[in-house]
Amino acid sequence: MKNATITLAHGNGGSESKELVESLFYSTFGNSILNNSEDAALIENGKLAFTTDSFTVSPLSFSGGDIGKLAICGTCNDLAMMGAKPKYLSIAFMIEEGFSFEELRHIIKSMHDELEKNDAIIVCGDTKVVPKGNVDKLFINTTGIGEVYYNGISASHLKEGMSILVSRDIGSHGAVVFAAREGMALSSELKSDCASLYPQVKSLVDASISIVAMRDATRGGLAAVLNEWASSSGVTIEINEASIPICEEVQGICELLGFEATALANEGTFVIAVPVEEAEKTLEILRQTNQSAAIIGTVNNSYKGKVVLKSSWGTQRFLELPTGELLPRIC
Amino acid sequence: MCLSIPSKVVSIDEEKQICTVDTMGISRDASLAMMAQGDVKIGDFVLIHIGFVMNKISVEEAEASLETYREILSLMDEDERRRSVEEDDNCVNRT
Amino acid sequence: MSIELKDLYDDFRDANVIKAYAKQIAIDAKGLNRPIGIMEVCGGHTHTIMKYGLPQLMPANIHFVHGPGCPVCIMPKERIDHAYTLAMQENVILITLGDMIKVPGSNGSLQDARAKGADVRFVYSPMDVLEIAKTNPTKKVIFFAIGFETTTPMTAALLESVITQKIDNVLFHINHVTVPEVMTVLMADEENRPVENKIDAFLGPSHVSVIAGSDIYQPFASVYKRPVVVSGFEPVDVMQSIHMILRQMIEGRSEVEIQYSRAVDKKGNEKAQALIRKYFEKAPFFSWRGLGKVANSSWKLKEEFSSYDAEKIYKDILPTKECQDHKLCRCGDILKGLATPPECTIFGTLCKPSNPIGSCMVSSEGACAAYYRYGNMK
Repeated sequence: MKNATITLAHGNGGSESKELVESLFYSTFGNSILNNSEDAALIENGKLAFTTDSFTVSPLSFSGGDIGKLAICGTCNDLAMMGAKPKYLSIAFMIEEGFSFEELRHIIKSMHDELEKNDAIIVCGDTKVVPKGNVDKLFINTTGIGEVYYNGISASHLKEGMSILVSRDIGSHGAVVFAAREGMALSSELKSDCASLYPQVKSLVDASISIVAMRDATRGGLAAVLNEWASSSGVTIEINEASIPICEEVQGICELLGFEATALANEGTFVIAVPVEEAEKTLEILRQTNQSAAIIGTVNNSYKGKVVLKSSWGTQRFLELPTGELLPRIC
Repeated sequence: MCLSIPSKVVSIDEEKQICTVDTMGISRDASLAMMAQGDVKIGDFVLIHIGFVMNKISVEEAEASLETYREILSLMDEDERRRSVEEDDNCVNRT
Repeated sequence: MSIELKDLYDDFRDANVIKAYAKQIAIDAKGLNRPIGIMEVCGGHTHTIMKYGLPQLMPANIHFVHGPGCPVCIMPKERIDHAYTLAMQENVILITLGDMIKVPGSNGSLQDARAKGADVRFVYSPMDVLEIAKTNPTKKVIFFAIGFETTTPMTAALLESVITQKIDNVLFHINHVTVPEVMTVLMADEENRPVENKIDAFLGPSHVSVIAGSDIYQPFASVYKRPVVVSGFEPVDVMQSIHMILRQMIEGRSEVEIQYSRAVDKKGNEKAQALIRKYFEKAPFFSWRGLGKVANSSWKLKEEFSSYDAEKIYKDILPTKECQDHKLCRCGDILKGLATPPECTIFGTLCKPSNPIGSCMVSSEGACAAYYRYGNMK
């Protein structure tokens, strides 16, 4: 680690985060479960999935959700992505002195509603109130345990010929939160994609889809997931740039601010790798929830560990792991 | 730093010298300090740079450019058609 | 036939038109009697070229030579040290645009200063400075102004607002630079350039030209006999401009042409130019990273606005020593188009966006950042 201090970039979900996690946390705590670095840890011989996440999003409320909804979705989705049914959650609140009770009640209601969608319950919690200025309004941590009902999902199982799909258009959460924070008025109906993914995963499993790898594209966006997969499996992921679904409003925000939609955070969008013969069927099921779901690429072995983006005019380039501070406190 | 985006003017506040522009569904205000009074009208396409209207985009010139592109496309199509015809033609005497 | 806003994006990125120009360029390039190098001056063009993979569409005898048109990249270390010093002062809020906060100075970047407790903020528009100043009346708000001709009038407009609204806690540190003077320096040094880095034509900057007008490039066509085509930002714009440059070279012409006709004319935005001249005058020289001292290539506040000039007010504490770049950093050569990023020994290893050694890796318009992000495919 070059820097003597932690910078905002270390929390970006991209290359700097990876550096911090690997050089300090993994090197100190490393064990066979932790080192798998999947969305959730598989414990008790793969029977249970276990995960934790903290939420510091600013602003607390945005079009399509709030920190409460996010806190439940985030953890439940990490469990769902490992083929587990979310069952038990813990919540820990860190509340700034002076925070509005009414606002807190609203956030709790969002959490309650989202728990119902996942059919999960809160079984323990903690509350801390700190003096004004010691925390920015409200931070939430949720930890979750789920019961694994589908085994074998792993970032390291991708093989040549497999198909890569995305469950809906990308970048909405990152775009909405950023626009809200910057006071950009959206004349459109753009909402965060924040949503619970367990129902969609269940549909895929019920339809006997062979899920090879699956991950929700949170901090670091689609680019982060694809790079992690390519690296874990030692393969190339080749993406057709034109087939990545991006809605017009997100495109507009990216144009305006010079962002790449592939680096923007999502909170209800996942990437899935399946055998090529199951791609169409997977797409059909995904489209039952979002019309914008798409097959975006394939796996091959041309550039080990890299993601290749092919344009529709015959050029190609690597899609790198996002870097830099991009959007602090996006989730 | 050169980043500049085409946007459409949706409203103008002459007094405050600002206008509201729409860029693919995002509304923003932009300063008219670089533009002559009355130059910018609602419905105009403008280039926005760091919160200012830099100039107006000429629709005539944009259309002329697009016409040029249509021409080069049809030229290429014509070329390809001719080439694929020639390739399939077994005329041994063609030089 | 009416144009929608979306057409102004999509139609200038049309895959078929890009392919058509690629074919046409390949055909026309056969008429060249030697390989040619086209310099894109503007960092935004470097970005477009690399992002859309345009070098992959060029025939073997046309290549790009990257220019110094990235205002963050050309900032010498000592001026970043100015910003750092100002930021670390008590009761100062240092404000600048985007990428500037990540450029490393002698003691670190503005981002590092912020991590040490300095109040450093970046804004998307200089006008945001007004609100920050009004809500922080007891602090000194210093705007570290950067950019080429495109951005200079906006700083002038900010100063005008500060004056008319009688805001008394805003100061300016001006680092605005101009394009033609540095192009002249490159031309003057032409005979020392290796053959593979020679500049045979220029792709003129898009938005500098919107403000300044295309006439400013006339000397390069008439005196230095280089074709100049002022190009738009989209990939179709750049491909069409390369085609226009090729036609000039094959026909033996050297003229200033405007490809970006929907936004650029010969005279530019005269109101913006007047705003610049009202508040600024040319400084005797500016030290450009990699190019050294270039005369008349930057602006400073006119004497009558000295009370807003942070460089004058804080003169006693601002570092004056010229700083050298890291020994292995080849930013200087890259900015002059004498080397490409992959030719730098620390490119992608010691120097990458998460840990930039030189400024070319920091800015999204810098050649090194563009190559790292888009161009590292062999």
